[in-house]
Amino acid sequence: MTGATIIFYLLAVMTLVSAVLSVTTRRIFRAAIYLLFSLIGVAGIYFWLDYQFVGAVQIVVYVGGIVVLIIFSIFLTQAAGEKMPRQRTGRSLLAAIVSAAALGLILVEIGRHRFRIPEEQGAPVTVRTIGNQMLSTGEAGYALPFEVISILLLAAMIGCIVIAMRSPAGESEKRDMQAGPDTAEKL
Amino acid sequence: MMTPGLYHLLFLSTALFFIGVYGFFNRRNLISLLMSVELILNSVNLNFVAFNKYVWPGRLDGLFFTIFIIAIAAAEAAVAIAIIINLYHTHRSIDVEAAEELKH
Repeated sequence: MTGATIIFYLLAVMTLVSAVLSVTTRRIFRAAIYLLFSLIGVAGIYFWLDYQFVGAVQIVVYVGGIVVLIIFSIFLTQAAGEKMPRQRTGRSLLAAIVSAAALGLILVEIGRHRFRIPEEQGAPVTVRTIGNQMLSTGEAGYALPFEVISILLLAAMIGCIVIAMRSPAGESEKRDMQAGPDTAEKL
Repeated sequence: MMTPGLYHLLFLSTALFFIGVYGFFNRRNLISLLMSVELILNSVNLNFVAFNKYVWPGRLDGLFFTIFIIAIAAAEAAVAIAIIINLYHTHRSIDVEAAEELKH
């Protein structure tokens, strides 16, 4: 048993255990922190596979971006430290049974399937190759998806601003509705 | 114990996927649902990277799919959180049962 094997199993156990804790804990802030550790475990597996670039992107975008965003939104919307209400036992049990059955089915199918694994392993992937192929317009180039993703990100950015912006007009309209029709006439 | 290979990674990503599915069924808080979706997306990424590493070692397509999925997941999380905060402003709650009507 080599060091690489031990590291893989440690990362896998860390990922799975924190993922399970993240979906079962009833304190939402702890759920976010467990999610953070699970995502770091996945990033470690990318590093273990020698894909340093994907691992770095995972850490920068997920750990540095999405989890921080989730924690901020928890602070904005929840009383920290408060427990979430318990889900009904029947529904919780049903969810566990369905997930476990589907997991067993897929694991058996993967175990039965034989993938054709080539003998030679490819050269290590460098950032230079990734950059060249991502911006090339020729065969197997990814220039078009790259541009589409840019437009998608721009659209998401504008959409977020529009959704989160509370217009003064909408605000006064809502106040009128709460105050009732007669006050709206007076205003 | 065996040396980890393609099958170990596939087992890991399958387990991660169904943990996410369990959380998605089990939770009622919108932010928790978003966290479960992130777990599911991560398992998909792990699958792409594993297949790229072991089945097509000379190519990079799985890597690009992973990078694009991460970018789309970031956009999706941002939009979802904007919607959740807007919902909190109007309903004072982010429980899924508070979001029964789409138009307020």
